[in-house]
Amino acid sequence: MDPMAAIRDVFFQECEEQLAELETGLLRMEDGADDPDTVNAVFRAVHSIKGGAGIFSLDALVRFAHVFETSLDGVRSKRIAVTPAVMKLLLRAADALADHVRAGREGVAAEPGKTAALVAEFAVLNAGPSAAAAPPAAVAAPVAAPPPPPAPVERIWNIEFKPLAVLYAKGNEAALLLRELGQLGRLELDLNTKSLPSLAEIEPEGAYLSWTARLHAECDEAAVRDVFDFVDGDCTLSISLQPAPVARPAAAEEAPEGFEFEFFPPSAESSESEPVSEPVAEVPEHHPAAPGPVEAMAAKAETSSAVSATIRVDLDRVDRLIDLVGELVINEAMLSQRVLEAGIARASGVAMALDELEHLTREIQDSVMAIRAQPVRSVFQRMPRLVREVAAQTGKQVRLLTEGEGTEVDKTVIERIADPLTHMIRNASDHGLESPAKRLAAGKPAEGVVRLTALHRSGRIVLEVADDGAGINRPRVKAIAVEKGLIAADAQLSDEEIDNLIFLPGFSTAAVISDISGRGVGMDVVRQSVTALGGRISISSRPGHGSTFTLSLPLTLAVLDGMVVSAAGHTLIIPLGTILETLQPRAKDVHALDNDLRVLALRGGYVPIVDVGLTLGYSDQRIETTQSVALLVEGEGRTKAVLLVDAIHGQRQVVIKSLEANYRAVPGIAAATVMGDGRVALILDVDAVVSGTRSDAPREPSLLEAR
Amino acid sequence: MSKTVLTVDDSRTMRDMLKHSLVAAGFRVIQAEDGVHGLEVLAEEKPDVIVTDINMPRMDGFGFIEAVRRDPANRAMPMLVLTTEVDAEKKGRAKAAGATGWIVKPFDPVKLVDAIRRVTA
Amino acid sequence: MNTSTVEDVAARELIAFRVGAQEFCINIMTVREIRGWTMATVLPRAPKFVRGVINLRGAVLPIVDLAVRLGLPSAEPTARNVIIVAQVNNQQIGLLVDEVSDILTTNEKDIQAAPDVSSELVRSFVRGLLSLDERMISLISLDHLLAAPELEAA
Repeated sequence: MDPMAAIRDVFFQECEEQLAELETGLLRMEDGADDPDTVNAVFRAVHSIKGGAGIFSLDALVRFAHVFETSLDGVRSKRIAVTPAVMKLLLRAADALADHVRAGREGVAAEPGKTAALVAEFAVLNAGPSAAAAPPAAVAAPVAAPPPPPAPVERIWNIEFKPLAVLYAKGNEAALLLRELGQLGRLELDLNTKSLPSLAEIEPEGAYLSWTARLHAECDEAAVRDVFDFVDGDCTLSISLQPAPVARPAAAEEAPEGFEFEFFPPSAESSESEPVSEPVAEVPEHHPAAPGPVEAMAAKAETSSAVSATIRVDLDRVDRLIDLVGELVINEAMLSQRVLEAGIARASGVAMALDELEHLTREIQDSVMAIRAQPVRSVFQRMPRLVREVAAQTGKQVRLLTEGEGTEVDKTVIERIADPLTHMIRNASDHGLESPAKRLAAGKPAEGVVRLTALHRSGRIVLEVADDGAGINRPRVKAIAVEKGLIAADAQLSDEEIDNLIFLPGFSTAAVISDISGRGVGMDVVRQSVTALGGRISISSRPGHGSTFTLSLPLTLAVLDGMVVSAAGHTLIIPLGTILETLQPRAKDVHALDNDLRVLALRGGYVPIVDVGLTLGYSDQRIETTQSVALLVEGEGRTKAVLLVDAIHGQRQVVIKSLEANYRAVPGIAAATVMGDGRVALILDVDAVVSGTRSDAPREPSLLEAR
Repeated sequence: MSKTVLTVDDSRTMRDMLKHSLVAAGFRVIQAEDGVHGLEVLAEEKPDVIVTDINMPRMDGFGFIEAVRRDPANRAMPMLVLTTEVDAEKKGRAKAAGATGWIVKPFDPVKLVDAIRRVTA
Repeated sequence: MNTSTVEDVAARELIAFRVGAQEFCINIMTVREIRGWTMATVLPRAPKFVRGVINLRGAVLPIVDLAVRLGLPSAEPTARNVIIVAQVNNQQIGLLVDEVSDILTTNEKDIQAAPDVSSELVRSFVRGLLSLDERMISLISLDHLLAAPELEAA
């Protein structure tokens, strides 16, 4: 690959990382962090992007990054105070910078409108009340560079050059400078050693030599001065033009020690030669933060990208490894089974070795799954900007708080939660929160809070989106559901059931389907995405106080902890996460509501009973309660049911196999797995089975209808 | 024998660019990601010249130069800073820290090499 | 002749098998492997022609009882049955048949149109007829083996 193209790729990758750092840092600052580390990291992020952009001549990006960087520099040097208004400007600028980066990557022009407004605001900010745009020159002195000659004429420059000790201390070398001088033209050099003390008195790092040079060249003074650019101030230097071309006899190039040759009267010396100041239009005076002691810096905790011990691996290889380990687990289980069937004693050497093998296999599987586990941070990171945009579009004030972004989940899950999560956050910001006026009238702060959290709970990952808005408007929701024919007009629903109506297809409370929450994309789509992942979504709401959506997802789509049961002679796996407890029901606790529906009296309440064998069509006869084992399970929306099965055969971790790959989705069945005997066992879709028990559940074609 | 340049910059893009330009000019390049890392590399290898960025995490360019100047073994090491502007104040700051010279970024590969040659024999 | 789904190759290799009293054949290129019968795991409320699923080296394979699917008299599968694993579009499906009878190489011209006398079900799958030593072998297409509408008619 063309090296520049490769470096360009690296640049854009780096931009993404820097933009993420920028966002994180700005959010911390918005929360009140004002420590130098955070502020510097923010500055560096924009600075880096600008630097790289310059290499690839992404001019619009460079220009915008520059004004942004200037303001950030002002902030870090405390010249610009951080007020909420300033923070908002910086955050908007970060978004605009991201747009510029994207435009640069795609080779299109960035939208000028947004940028122009920000640039104007930055100009005001940078001008500031106190800083006059002072010229950067530190010393006021005549800066008289002679105008460049119209045509190259050979001139003779007289140069007197005396290095000071500091010149050498900074690693410069007189010889190298003189060599460079000699490249401009023909150089005649006289060494002046009169300051050289005797050997005994010489300080090794002292500077005792000076040179007088005559340069015959066509260049201008600026070119001569440029040679000494680095050592300006570390030497005494005088450069003057020989007034008139005078033919002189060639002078000796090196004077013997002790001699002094002066061909021309010494010209007026200025002890400090002035550099030609380049006009730097937009950078006002500032005082860069003095670097702290080296030790303190080295000891500072690393916040941003450190030299970490990681390697990059092809995703394909990881996937293949995970598949193979999955097969290993299955095979190990099969082996165990056969050993058992062969009648080998549990305490025998073979059985014990097998136990160890099982233990080892499980550990390998855990380690391998951990490779693909990623923190949800990558998904969470997109949310602040989303919230800012929705807030801007709706005129609401929204503050996003996140927690638990380090919570890890398998890559397969992460990729698929971004969309549902995005939709929920949009929903919370747009519909959940009231307008600032309404909030104030209700005695709440004008700024609404949307809280996004991630945590592990009983082997699953739980994501919550909570808002402190007005909560679900239950009368309205119910009315709409009736209006759309989703429920009967006289249906009696609990509060929770009303809340869950929003998950029905075709449901939308927005008077106008706003662009923000999308046309026709309702919570039902969100629920479908979540269910497809083997997850559950539920809502709880308090009028006036807000709503909380809870998403519960498996940690991975590859492996599941399950309870092995049999129903009507068929083996089934029930996800352990859905099981609340196992029960031995007594006949007198079972009550029939109508011909089909039975409930179990449990701790003062009644829970619907689901005869699994009957429901799945394995049997056409009801199981005898006393002959069955009952599992209290919880489906989505925290609805509970009691599953009746023949027997429980233990728990195991199973590798999930897709039914859809070679066949199709089967109602009531979530997926499949391969058991120790090599046979396929089906994994029950608890949500589907449980939701079928609700008497007013929507009439979807369900396996429970054919009864 | 080609000269060795140590480049210190926290930007991957910049490191790649520097290496690309310097190797093309016949230099051998070793790299570090910030000042702290730079000191670690210096403990192992002795370059002929160092090119360092200023804005870096953990230890910035000035801190790094000052640290190197304090090290008896590397006191007179030529060190050039990468800077986005060259005004008198920035130059003064660089020199005060002990920099030998500077290179303006985005850098012109030719000027980069010229600057290096100005400070290395 | 309805050859909409059959590849146009000059010479074709076909694998012939028996289902009940009849003989059928399919393009050998679609066949992945042939295995003996193993007990399939029943799928809830599946169409009658889907016997269940089996484990094929870690993947879940549905087993279609061709006798049932083609509307022919069927019986419970036994160890004497054979499963032909075939690739149909993006999926692998196991075809439950009585036995494999032949591997044939034919030309386009050997295949005749199906007469209009067979049942609708058979006609929807049969693409042509092959005549061999007084045997009539029907060439079938697997494309709509698992087609959706029929699935609900469990």
